[in-house]
Parts: sequence; C-alpha cells; structure tokens
Amino acid sequence: MEIWQFFMQNWQQTLELTRQHAWIVSISVIIAMATGVPIGIWITFNEEAAETILYIAGIIMTIPSIALFGIMIPFLSIFGHGIGTVPAVVALVLYSQLPIIRNTYAAIKSVDPNIIDAGIGMGMTRWQVLGKVQLPMALSVIFAGLRVAVVMSIGIGAIAAYIGAGGLGRFIFMGINQTYGAMIISGAIAVSLLAIAADILFGYIENRLVSKGLRS
Amino acid sequence: MIRFEKVTKIYPGSQAAAVNDIDLEVAEGEICVLIGPSGCGKTTLMRMVNRLIPVTSGSIYVNGKNIMSLDVIELRCSIGYVIQQIGLFPHMTVSDNIATVPKLLKWDKRRIQARVDELLNLVQLDPVIFRHRYPRELSGGQAQRIGVARAMATDPPVMLMDEPFGAIDPINREVLQDEFLSIQEKIRKTIVFVTHDIHEAIKMGNKIALLNAGRLVQFGTPEALLTSPVNQFVKDFVGADRALKRLDLLKVQDAMLKNPVRCYDTDEVQAVHQYMKEKELNYLLVCDSQDHLLGYVNHRDIIDHYGKIGDRVKPMTLTVSPKRNLKEALSKMLSYDIGILVVVDDNKLVGILNTMTLAAVVGQTYDEQGGRWGKITAGGRIL
Repeated sequence: MEIWQFFMQNWQQTLELTRQHAWIVSISVIIAMATGVPIGIWITFNEEAAETILYIAGIIMTIPSIALFGIMIPFLSIFGHGIGTVPAVVALVLYSQLPIIRNTYAAIKSVDPNIIDAGIGMGMTRWQVLGKVQLPMALSVIFAGLRVAVVMSIGIGAIAAYIGAGGLGRFIFMGINQTYGAMIISGAIAVSLLAIAADILFGYIENRLVSKGLRS
Repeated sequence: MIRFEKVTKIYPGSQAAAVNDIDLEVAEGEICVLIGPSGCGKTTLMRMVNRLIPVTSGSIYVNGKNIMSLDVIELRCSIGYVIQQIGLFPHMTVSDNIATVPKLLKWDKRRIQARVDELLNLVQLDPVIFRHRYPRELSGGQAQRIGVARAMATDPPVMLMDEPFGAIDPINREVLQDEFLSIQEKIRKTIVFVTHDIHEAIKMGNKIALLNAGRLVQFGTPEALLTSPVNQFVKDFVGADRALKRLDLLKVQDAMLKNPVRCYDTDEVQAVHQYMKEKELNYLLVCDSQDHLLGYVNHRDIIDHYGKIGDRVKPMTLTVSPKRNLKEALSKMLSYDIGILVVVDDNKLVGILNTMTLAAVVGQTYDEQGGRWGKITAGGRIL
C-alpha cells in the first residue's frame, strides 16, 4: 500500500528514471551486440584467439560490478567522463561481451559439419555458408545470449546510479540512505518489470527472425 | 566422363596414402559404386572429384577437363552432391533447399519455381503439399528424395552420392533405391556412388570399384565381381553367399524358359488330353487367342470331358513379372512350396520359371568346386 502511494506521488520521476535506465541499457546492448557478434564470428575462424578472448571476457565478468564502475573513474576522467552515463555504458558493454561472444561462438560452432559440407560441396563460398547457413541456424542461440546480456545489464545498470549515471538505481540508493523502504522496493520492482518487458520484447523479435524450420 | 589418372592422396602428417595411385574411368550415364572396408579411401576418392579434398598427385578429368583448370565454385555448381545425412538446411523450406544452387547461379525467380515443381514431381512428392514444408516435417524417405532433387536442381551431368541411403531403415531403403534407379533410367547421370553395403553396390552399380587400403583391387560389373573375383580379398568381401547374391542381380526374364507350351481356350478338351498324355504332363497352361493367361488345366479334371478347354480352366493366382529379380521369385516359390512359377507380363504369358532353370543360372558361379564332381543324381547305393 505504501509502495502504491509512493508510486502515485512520484510517477513522473519513476517514468523519467525508467527512461534513463532503458536508454543506458539500450545504448550498451547495441554497442555490445555490434562488437560481440562480429568477435564471436571471427573467433570461429581462429581457435587460438577464441580461447584467449573467451578467457578475457570471462575474467571481466567476474569483476564485481561496483569495483568495475570504480575502476572506470580514473581512466575515463582523462577524457572528462569519469562519472555519469559514459562509464556506465562502457562497463555494461564489457559485461555483456561474455554472453554475446560465447553464445555466438558456440552457436556457429555447433552447426552440424555435414550441413556445412553440403553447402561447400554445392558451391557456396565460405562467406555464403556463414551468411546463408551458419548464422541463420545459430540465430536463436545468439538471441539467447543477447537476452541474458540485456536482463543482466538492466540489473547491473541499477548500480550505475552510484557513479551518477541516473536510472532506477537512484531510488534504490536514495532509499537506502533515507531508510525509506517503499522507495527501495519501488525501484527494485521497476527494475524487475523493465527486465521482464525487455525479455518479452526480445523473445518476440527472436520469434519473428528465427526460421520456423528450427522450432521444435 | 570422369577419369582418375594415377590419383594419390596423402593426408598431411600421415605416412600412408589414403588413396594410392588409382586409375579409374566412369563412363557417361553409368553409376560407378565405390566400395570397400572403412578407411579404404572410397569417400576420399569421391570428395576429390569436386575438390572438397585436394589431390596430392595425379589428375582427375570431368567431361574431358582437368578439374584443377576449372574455377572451384563453377566446378562444384556443375556437380550434384548428396551426402550421407542428407544435409538439408533445416532453416530453409523444401523449395529453398532445392533452389540452393540455382540461387547461387542467380536464376530468375520464375525459372527457379518452375524447376522446383518439376523436380518435386520427379521424386514423386506433390509440390503443393511439400514446397513450403521444413525438413523437420519430412520423413527420412521424403528428406532423402529432397536431397536427390536438390542435387539435380541445375541438371548437372555428374553426381556424387556419399552413402545416400545409409541413414534409412532397410524397408524404405529398398523402395528409395528402386525409385532412384527408375529416375536414373530417365536422367542417365554419370554417378559416383559411395557405399559400404555390398548388396547396395550390386543393386545400384553398373560398375563396382572395390578398394582396399587406398588401392583399387577390382573394377568391373557386379557380375564380374561375383563370378570372377580376382583374389581372396574380393571373395571375402562379396561374401560366401555370392551365388545367392546373383539372384539379386538377375531378373526373372534372364532366367525364365521362354515360350512355354500351352493350350488355348478354344481347343478341344480331348485333343488337349491326348497331347498331355503323350508328353506326360499333369498340368498345362491355358491362354486366350491374345496369349493372355487364363489359368491351367489338370489332366485328371479333363479325362472324361468333351467340349472346349475354356470351360474346364482353373484360375492361376500365383504369377511373377519378368522385371522382378530372381531372389523374389525364388522366395515366392519357397514360401508357397511350388516348383514352378508362371511369368506374366501385363497379363500375357511370357515364360515359366522352375528350380532347374534357376539352378542353371545360379550354378554358373559354382564352377570352381562343384564342377569337377560332375552331375550327382539320387539313387542310393550304386553297386
């Protein structure tokens, strides 16, 4: 009840913070996708690089998020962006790399070699096999990686409020400072709802893009 | 059409040659089966034709052209390719799968669609039903048919087939083999066909190339492999029952006694009876004036009768077509316990098959052992 009251009194601010939050996460995921998918594809051609890159991405993921945000500050202050949206986006992009790269790599690798052989044997070039066979077949697993990255970024994005990036984390941190339970819970619920909404959206897009022939 | 000249393949890091100095020529319109134990190099030899595996030394000519002088993509597009697990693209519809090579060659849409429908009809799948299906919605046999249709999309003169029926249950395999042979009768492709199943090789091959440890051991017709194996390896490979395997190979029409004695429905019963008595026949076949089989008469049934044979005839239910193979015919004879099988083509009497004619044909393979014994008859103690 108290939470509902809090929301009714602060709905404008809630919407504004949600917008900020969604914005930071969207930018991050778009950049992460634009880097992670090509890297994932590239390392299927280069086994040595694959090991190293998956290792590095794995290590980045083990850094506690609050520490990563902290590490960002001295580096990015060189460019005058020590706090705010920029370090938040950079951190989220780094975190998203592992699920995106790993899923892209694994999905392409898992395509039945017989099917690739059929493609090559019929006269496809390596790139045609990639574009017409491997990627379409890998799409749903790549999407699974993207969904993990998005949901995770929305969660970690809440902590970005700590370095002044705004977003729904503001409610949580302010609530903690003021020991104002309703505020904390409102922030947490809004983060959850945002994550669920993003997951549903991605599920819908995935459904539209992935071939019907691959559904079981 | 396809010529291998001193072809050798040594895989990097390996001492032994996977394919060792092979000379082989596949004539136009023929199915050449490559067979041998696993690791004998049959698949390697086939995959060198469309350059999926590079040749170490020697040359391969397709249609008179050295494959190394052709653009590799062009070469592959001009050779139909069917693989073991069929390798249909699961994310594409049947229609898109079949259109793979035409699309690579940038045919226009209408031409592709017409070709897809034509091919679906050829492999006996209704285009309206199957065009938009995905591979997961097909049975093994249907997927296999689509695989063949895809390989024939641009009507390539040459096809490579790597154990195309390997993943299909034995009953459907027979059906698909028969279907493919009847398609091949129409399209007359030059085919290199890899299998490890000697039955399949005998059935499908115009020629069989038997390989062992990278070398060509024997190359010839299935007949030649069964009747005159060049060494013990070939003998062992084709199996101790190779005489029986010939039954698979031979058609009823090859073994039947042509133009058997018969009478006509308009003949007088007494004249026929007289003839049967003279010739010591218990039974006689009866035809109408166009030689359509009406049935048979038993001499006991006509012994005291007069009139026309047509009134006394009994129907004949068990017959065989001249196109079937001898194994089926023999199996029929054994399961119904009959010593004679009437051969009927389109209801016309064309011949008979009995155990003597069968043994005479199959016996040609026994020459080496049974021959010297001469003809042993029944009779027990002789002195």
